[in-house]
Amino acid sequence: MKAVKVEHVVQETPDITTIYFPSVGEAHPGQYFMVWLPGVDEIPMSLSTIGDPSSISVRVVGDATRVLSKLRQGDKIGLRGPLGNGYTIEGKHPFLVGGGTGIASLTPLAEEMVAKGVKPTFLIGARSRDQLLFKERLSKLHGLGLIISTDDGSEGFHGYASNYAGNIMTKSGFDKVYICGPELMAAKIWADADRLGISVQASLERLCKCAVGLCGSCAIGPYRVCRDGPVFDSAKLREVVSDFGKRRLDPSGRMIRVDH
Amino acid sequence: MGGLTSTSLAMDLAGLKLRSPTLNSSGVLGMSAPLLRRVYDSGVGAVVTKSLGPTGRTGHSNPTVVEVEGGILNAMGLPNPGVECYLEELRELKREGVPVVSSFFASTIEEFQASAKALCEAGADALELNLSCPNVGEEPGMCAADATSVERITSAVKRVAKAPVIVKLSPNVTDITSIAMAAERGGADAITAVNTLKAIAIDVDFRRPVLANVIGGLSGPAIKSVALRCVWEISETVKLPIIGCGGVSNWRDAVEYMLAGASAVEIGTAVMYHGFEVYNAVNEGVAKYLRENGFGSVKEVVGLAHRK
Repeated sequence: MKAVKVEHVVQETPDITTIYFPSVGEAHPGQYFMVWLPGVDEIPMSLSTIGDPSSISVRVVGDATRVLSKLRQGDKIGLRGPLGNGYTIEGKHPFLVGGGTGIASLTPLAEEMVAKGVKPTFLIGARSRDQLLFKERLSKLHGLGLIISTDDGSEGFHGYASNYAGNIMTKSGFDKVYICGPELMAAKIWADADRLGISVQASLERLCKCAVGLCGSCAIGPYRVCRDGPVFDSAKLREVVSDFGKRRLDPSGRMIRVDH
Repeated sequence: MGGLTSTSLAMDLAGLKLRSPTLNSSGVLGMSAPLLRRVYDSGVGAVVTKSLGPTGRTGHSNPTVVEVEGGILNAMGLPNPGVECYLEELRELKREGVPVVSSFFASTIEEFQASAKALCEAGADALELNLSCPNVGEEPGMCAADATSVERITSAVKRVAKAPVIVKLSPNVTDITSIAMAAERGGADAITAVNTLKAIAIDVDFRRPVLANVIGGLSGPAIKSVALRCVWEISETVKLPIIGCGGVSNWRDAVEYMLAGASAVEIGTAVMYHGFEVYNAVNEGVAKYLRENGFGSVKEVVGLAHRK
């Protein structure tokens, strides 16, 4: 556990905040930290910026994210990590699809790809134009093909990112698809990509308690999202096809339906 | 299962048939059938489920786990979906031919009996009584620390259980042998020793305990010598077979437990350090040790260090 002081905070969208803090060592795109807010909770957050400073980007969905989004410069948070496997850069023509805060973990991947001379295409999707995370940051990334979709049509493609991604994948010659976002979106894109024979890396989310691979609360099929993931490749996704986009364990270990 | 010589490692432990002397410890990877199936495919003799209560519990808030020197502290708060809800996982494991030890807890004698019946009917190959629960009926405090409660619960469960009953003991007691004797008097078929040691971790930057529950249980290499001493003392006191638990990370640890009197070992925290592979690695190491020292089975080394 390392305690770090918040360097600065950026309000990205009405409900997404990016919290910057000093680097706590080497990490790879797609890896996560357990972020401890004493007296509140400890939650998994993937890095939205890697390096110094590093950052996490948070949408308010509960108590912990509400407290996180209200942090100010100088406030302390506890970090455990980096944890998990992260993405691996593969393919000559990668296609990245990020929905909502899912854009956060794919952005450092896009940046690393560009730095390595790979030219990715990145579809970012959100409910409306004021919800689009990192649009400015990504539009400045030379070598990246940025595509935008919004559910309400206020910017870019009008409709779900998953539908647009399906159209794009059919026409373009992508040889690798990276997905992070709401699970129903991710599951649909994965199914489309798999049908087209394009291999996938998808970052999954499950309830994470111990984060060291022991408690099993983040189980999906025979895997632990905290330790075997959070990034799953096509072979592993095929093994968890009866769970991915369909069902997950609740905090008591009861199987419930995935609804978003 | 390559390399696992089942002939020398298989045993009958109080009626529970094990192909190898390793099990996962309760609370580790026991949340779902597919995870436990993966544990079984990693070489264990039987899988141990998450401790199941009469009704679902969400457990404590995070942090529930903190890494410390030589192990981890956890205060999960017994999250579980409840016995009834978990039966489908149990049946799935049984359909796949996996031997299952069902760990469970309750707060009244009636609940203990109802759960024991339900778990046996769903096919549990053995029951493991988790008595480190906060209270039972009118008696406050952890019942594993009270010999009378341990005897009473054990005998009540034995009256209704069709499968062998294993009593898991807590090391957080003054004299573990008196509790082991109580379990024996209650008719226990075997003993698991031991559960985690009560412990705390404090963060110096935030100047407060790390675990949301403040106090947790220590597991891992840090507790091995303490747990081994418990097995040693129990082995000198009762005749029941013992499953050693606490800090087993490699075959040497497992053999130490056997020499102290354990017939098998439960492994949990070591999965964090060594992955699922730890089970087969321990099995193969134990088999090699037995072979190289001229022993034909685990049974031949159990308790050997006690000889005068």
